[in-house]
Amino acid sequence: MAIRAFLLCIILFSSSYTSFALYEDQVGLMDWHQQYIGKVKKAVFQTQKAGRKRVVVSTEENAIAALDLRHGEIFWRQILGDNDVIDEIDIALGKYVVTLSSGGSVLRAWNLPDGQMVWESFLLGSKPSRSLLLTPTNFGADKDNVILAYGNGCLHAVSSIDGDILWKKELAENGIDVQHLVHPEESDTIYALGIGEASQFEAYVINARNGELLKHSSKGFPGGFSGDLSLPTSEKAVMLDSSESSLVSVSFVGGEIKFQEFQISDLQGYSGEAVLLPSKLAGMVAIKIDRSLLLVKLKDEGTLEVVDTVPHVEAVSDSLSFAEGQTAFGLIQQDGGKIQLSVKSSNDWKSHFLKESIEFDQQRGLVHKVFINNYVRTDRTYGFRALIVMEDHSLLLLQQGAVVWNREDALASIIDVTTSELPVQKDGVSVAKVEHNLFEWLKGHLLKLKATLMLATPDDVAAVQRIRLQSAEKSKMTRDHNGFRKLLIVLTRAGKLFALHTGDGRIVWSRLLNAFHKSGTCESPRGIKLHQWQVPHHHALDENPSVLVVGTCGHNSDAFGILSFVDAYKGEELNYLAPVHSITQVIPLPFTDSTEQRLHLIIDAEGYGHLYPRTPEAVDIFQKELGNIYWYSVDINNNLLKGHVVKKNCKEGIADDYCFESSDLWSVIFPSDSEKIIATSTRKLSEVVHTQAKVNADQDVLYKYISKNLLFLATVTPKAMGDIGSVTPEDSWLFVYLVDTITGRVLLRMSHHGCQGPVHAVFSENWVVYHYFNLRAHRYEMSVVEIYDQSRADNKDVLKLVLGKHNLSAPVSSYSRPEIMTKSQSYFFTHSVKAVAVTSTAKGITSKQLLIGTIGDQVLALDKRFLDPRRTLNPTQAEKEEGIMPLTDTLPIMPQAFVTHALKVEGLRSIIAIPAKLESTTLIFAHGVDLFFTRLAPSKTYDSLTDDFNYALLLLTIVALVISIFVTWIWSERKDLQEKWR
Amino acid sequence: MRTKSVVAAGFFLLLILTTSRGFQSDELLVDDEEFGLEGGIRSRSRSRSDPNNVNAATPQSTRKRLVSDSDSKIQFPLEHAFGDSNFSPAGTFTARLKSSSHGSQMQTLTKLRFSRNAFTETEKEDFEKLLKGDDFYRIRVPSNVLNLPGREYVVSSVKARCLPRDGLEEHFVMHMDGVNILAVNYGSPGACQYPRQLKFPAKWSFNSHTVLKPTEQAPRTPIFSEVVVGENAESDEVQPPERSFWAKYWMYLIPLGLIVMNAMTQAMNMAEEQTSGQAGAQGQQAIGAQRAQNTVVRRR
Repeated sequence: MAIRAFLLCIILFSSSYTSFALYEDQVGLMDWHQQYIGKVKKAVFQTQKAGRKRVVVSTEENAIAALDLRHGEIFWRQILGDNDVIDEIDIALGKYVVTLSSGGSVLRAWNLPDGQMVWESFLLGSKPSRSLLLTPTNFGADKDNVILAYGNGCLHAVSSIDGDILWKKELAENGIDVQHLVHPEESDTIYALGIGEASQFEAYVINARNGELLKHSSKGFPGGFSGDLSLPTSEKAVMLDSSESSLVSVSFVGGEIKFQEFQISDLQGYSGEAVLLPSKLAGMVAIKIDRSLLLVKLKDEGTLEVVDTVPHVEAVSDSLSFAEGQTAFGLIQQDGGKIQLSVKSSNDWKSHFLKESIEFDQQRGLVHKVFINNYVRTDRTYGFRALIVMEDHSLLLLQQGAVVWNREDALASIIDVTTSELPVQKDGVSVAKVEHNLFEWLKGHLLKLKATLMLATPDDVAAVQRIRLQSAEKSKMTRDHNGFRKLLIVLTRAGKLFALHTGDGRIVWSRLLNAFHKSGTCESPRGIKLHQWQVPHHHALDENPSVLVVGTCGHNSDAFGILSFVDAYKGEELNYLAPVHSITQVIPLPFTDSTEQRLHLIIDAEGYGHLYPRTPEAVDIFQKELGNIYWYSVDINNNLLKGHVVKKNCKEGIADDYCFESSDLWSVIFPSDSEKIIATSTRKLSEVVHTQAKVNADQDVLYKYISKNLLFLATVTPKAMGDIGSVTPEDSWLFVYLVDTITGRVLLRMSHHGCQGPVHAVFSENWVVYHYFNLRAHRYEMSVVEIYDQSRADNKDVLKLVLGKHNLSAPVSSYSRPEIMTKSQSYFFTHSVKAVAVTSTAKGITSKQLLIGTIGDQVLALDKRFLDPRRTLNPTQAEKEEGIMPLTDTLPIMPQAFVTHALKVEGLRSIIAIPAKLESTTLIFAHGVDLFFTRLAPSKTYDSLTDDFNYALLLLTIVALVISIFVTWIWSERKDLQEKWR
Repeated sequence: MRTKSVVAAGFFLLLILTTSRGFQSDELLVDDEEFGLEGGIRSRSRSRSDPNNVNAATPQSTRKRLVSDSDSKIQFPLEHAFGDSNFSPAGTFTARLKSSSHGSQMQTLTKLRFSRNAFTETEKEDFEKLLKGDDFYRIRVPSNVLNLPGREYVVSSVKARCLPRDGLEEHFVMHMDGVNILAVNYGSPGACQYPRQLKFPAKWSFNSHTVLKPTEQAPRTPIFSEVVVGENAESDEVQPPERSFWAKYWMYLIPLGLIVMNAMTQAMNMAEEQTSGQAGAQGQQAIGAQRAQNTVVRRR
C-alpha cells in the first residue's frame, strides 16, 4: 500500500507539466482506428491484368476507393469534400481512375495502383445539368486518350494523359436535358441524346476530333415521354411514353430520328408504376413494375418483344461483355432470407451462365445494387463474381455461391452515439475464452522484465508487443473495474444500429431496425437521435439496459415520428411505435420509474408534449413536477428563441393522458435585418462539476455560476452568412449570447466586430469556448467566456464552511435576479475546426481538455488552461502557482498533443467524450467516415498504474530486498557472535 | 420624415395621457449609470414643448446642441397578461431616440422612463388568483420601438409570487440593438426564494426599475509587437540585481561550505592519524623498514 502511495506521489510529481504523446510501441494499446468508405454508388472492376485484382468504387460519402477483391481491404482511398459529390467514375488508359464530380465541373484522374492524383481539370459551363462521362475505348490508335465529359450544359473532350481540354461544345441552350453520350464503334462521331423542354427527342451528332456540330435534329412524339431514356444499343434508344403503357423505340442513326411505338400487353396486368431501369443491358431494356421485372428485347428492325417476366427482382446489373463478343448481365432475386444471383446472356435468353442461391443474414435488408465481373476459372470456363450493395449500406462480394467478404460501410455515416455498460461478471457465466492462466501471465511479465532489463532478443520484443496489443483483458464482454470497457451504440444513416466494443472496436451486434422499414405511411425513414432508455442499477444482474431510437418519416418537421426500443446487450428490438406524432425535440427528464426507465418528454410540431413511457406510473411522477418542466426552442428560420412551460393535459383528444399542453413564457427576437442564428450550444446533461468555487491567487474565492439551463447562442449579420472573404470586416458582426432558458434572461450579449462564422462552440461547467473567423486579423480565433456568481461572493465565511452551515445546498430559483460577472479573452488559433468537444470525467475533478477536430481530420487535445481569461502578460508568483500561464496571442499547437497521433479520422464529424469509472480517464470516440477511439488522461493517470507497469519487476525487487535483509541479518548476527568471542 | 411624424404622434399621445389621466407615477427611477438620473416625465414633457427651454436647460456646447436637436422622444407600450389571459395595456415606456453623429441609420435609445398604470380592481383579483395558483405574470413589449409592434412582441414572464414585497417590486432589463428590442428580462429586483411562499402585497403599487443594457464589446485579442517583447525582456533583465548575492547563490554556497568544512575536519583527522601512524611505524621499524613503507602507502 505504501509502495503504491509512494508510486502515486512519484507519478504526481513527474507530471507537473502534462504531455500526452505516445511512444511508438504504445500505438494500438488503447486506441483503435477503423476505415470505411460509405455506401457504394458506382463500381468499376480492374481485373484484366495480372497482379492484384481490385475494384474501384465511388461512394455516397464522396470517397473513391480501390478495394482488394480477395479480402475487401482498402488499397487506397481518397475522400473529396462534403460539397464535391462524385457523379461518375471510370477507368481510362487502363491506369487512371477518372472521376467527374461537383455536378460535372471537376474531372480528376487518379493513379490506379496507388491513388495519387495525376491531373485535375475544371470544366466550366453555363447552367447546372446532369453529368455524364464517356471513356471511349476504340477511337483508333491515335485518339485512344480522349475522355468525354458532359456537365453544366457543356460537352468537353479532355485528354486523358494530362487533362488538357481539347474542345468544348455548349449543348443545353434550349433547356435540353442531355441524358446519354453514345459513341458507335469504329466511328468518328459522337451522339448526344436528350429530351427537350417540350418533350421532344433531341439528337446532336458531333465530330469527335474537333467538337464540330455535324447535325442537330429533334422530333416531337405525340403524347410525350415519361422517365428517362434507356439505351440498349448504340443506335437505338427506348423510353416509356407518358401514359406508361407503351414503349417507344427511337432510331437516331446519322441524326435521322424515327419512332416506333410498341404496346406492351403485359404491362396492363400490373398495378403500380412502371419504371424503366437505368441499367445498360445489351440489346434489352428492363422495366420494373411492382417488384417484378419485365425484360424487353429490342430487335434490329426496331421492334420490341417481351422476353420474360421475373418476379421478386431487387437489382439488375449493367451488361458485361467478355470474350468472343458475349455479353451477360446479373439479376438479383430476393425472397425472405435467401437471395438468388443469376447471370444471363443477353444474346440467348434461355441459357444462363450462373444461378446461385445464397442463404443470407436478414439484418442486411434488401439488395440495392449489383455489379458483376467475370474471371476465368481453373477449367478455362468463365466464372462470375458479383459485388452487391445492401439496404444497410454494406458491401458484399459473392463468388461460387458464397459471401467471400463483406464490409459494414454503414459505419461511415454515424448519426448519433450513446454508450451502455457491459454486463456485470456473474458467477457461473464463463468468459474463459478470453481468460488466460497464471503461467501465461507470469511468462508475459518475465518477457517484459527481460525487455526492461535490455536482455530481450528481437523475437522477445515482438512477442511482448503482440501480447500487449492482443491483451485479452480489454476485449472481455464484462464490466471492468475502471469502466474502460463499454458498448458504443451507434445509429447510422441506413437505420441500422451497431454495438461496438470499446476495447477493440469489433461489432458485438448489429440490427436493421424494423421501425425504419420503408412503408406507405413512412416514405423516407431516417434516424435522428439515440437516448438511454433504461439503465438498470438496482437490477443490473438480471435486466438489460435499453436504448431509445428516435426517427422521423420525412424531412419536414411535421412528418410522422418513429420510436424504437432496443435491448443494448442483445440488439433485439423490444418494441416500436411507428408512425406516431411528429417529433421536434426529445427531452430526457431527470426522473425514472420503478423499472428504471427514464421519463422522456417528446415535443411535437404543434408544441404539445408527449410523455414516454406511456404508463400511469410515469404520469404520476410527471404530474408531481408539472410546474417545474420548462423547455426552449430555437427557430433558426424566424430568428426566434422561445421558452415554454408544461401546463396541463391536452384538452382535445381527451383519451390521451400522456399528452400535455404547453404555454409560451418568453421570447427573444433577433432583428432579422441585422442578426441570424448560426450556432447554439448547451452544457451536457450528464456533466458533473466537482468544485463550485475557484480560489484565487490572492486567497479570494470566485464562485462559478453553474446552471444547467444556460444556452450559448451566436448570431452574425446576414451579410456575413456566406463564405469567408465574401464580406468586408466593417459589415460583419458576430454576437454571442448567454441566455437562461427558464426565464429567458439574457445574461450576456457581446459583440465581435469584423468577425464571422462558422462558429463552433462548447459549453462546460461555467465556461464556453467558441471558434470563429476574425476578418480583420485574417485569422481564426477562439474566445472563452467564464461566468462567475457575484451573489455568493460575500458568502465565503470560512467558519461557516467548516461548521457546515454554508448555504450551498439551498434550492436556487431561476427567478432570482442573478448577479454574474463574466470574464472573457480571445486568442488566435491556427486551424479551422470541424468539431469541438471537451473531456468529461466521472467526478469532474480532473482538469479539462478541449478536443478540437481540425481541418486535417485530426483530434487535438488542448488544455483548458490555455483558454483562461485571467492570463496576464506577466503573471505574479502567486498567479504562477495557481497555474496561470503568461498571456500569448495565439494558442499553441503541440504536435504531441494530437490524440490521433499519426492517424486521420477522414471526414471527421463529431467527437464524443465518455467518462470512465476511473476519475483520471476519459474515453474519446471520434467519428466521420472513419472511426477512432482512444483513452485520454488529461492530468495523466494519477489514480492507477499504467497497463505496462511491470509487476514482475516490482515483485522481483521486493523478493530481492527481503532476501538481502535476511542475508545481511545473518551476516550481522555472525559478526556479532565473532565480536563476542573475541 | 417618417420617424418625425411617429414621434409627433407619440408625443401627442403622451400629452393626452399625462393631461387627461393625470396619473402621478410614484416610481423610483433607477437608471443605468451611463445615462444619469433625470426628473419625472411631466417636467420633461413640458420642457420638450418648448425647444428653447431644452437648450437653456442643458448648458452644453453648440455642437452638442445640434445632436440633441436630432434627438426625439418616443413611446412604446408595456402590456401584461395574467396566466393565460390576453394581453392588456399596463404602462408606457418613454425614451429619447438618439441618432449618432456619424451615419443616421444607427439610432439608439437613451433615458428610458417607465410609467405604470395602477392595477384596476379586476386586475387585482386576477393577480391574487395568480398568487394563489403560483402562476405566471407575463409582460410584453414590441420588438421594434419605431414601427410598432415590429415583427413580434418580446415576451417575458415571472412567477407572480416573486413580485410582492411591501409593494410590488419589478425590474426590467432591456437588451437593445438600435431601435430593436431583443429581449426583456423581467422579474423581481432581488432573490426569489424557492419554494415560493404565498404573500399578498401590502400596497398595490408597483415599484419599477428599468435598465437599458448596452452590448458589451468583446475584448480584443492581444497582439504583441516586437517592441513589447523587447521591453519585457529588458524589465526581466533589470529585476535580478534586486536579489542579494546570498539569495541567488545559496544553493551553491551551502554545499560548498559543507564540503570545505568536511575537508577541514578530514585534514585535521588526517594530521592526527599521520602522527599516530608514524608513531606505530617507528615502533615497528625494528621488524623491517620495508613493511612500514607499505602501510603508509596503503593509508593514502
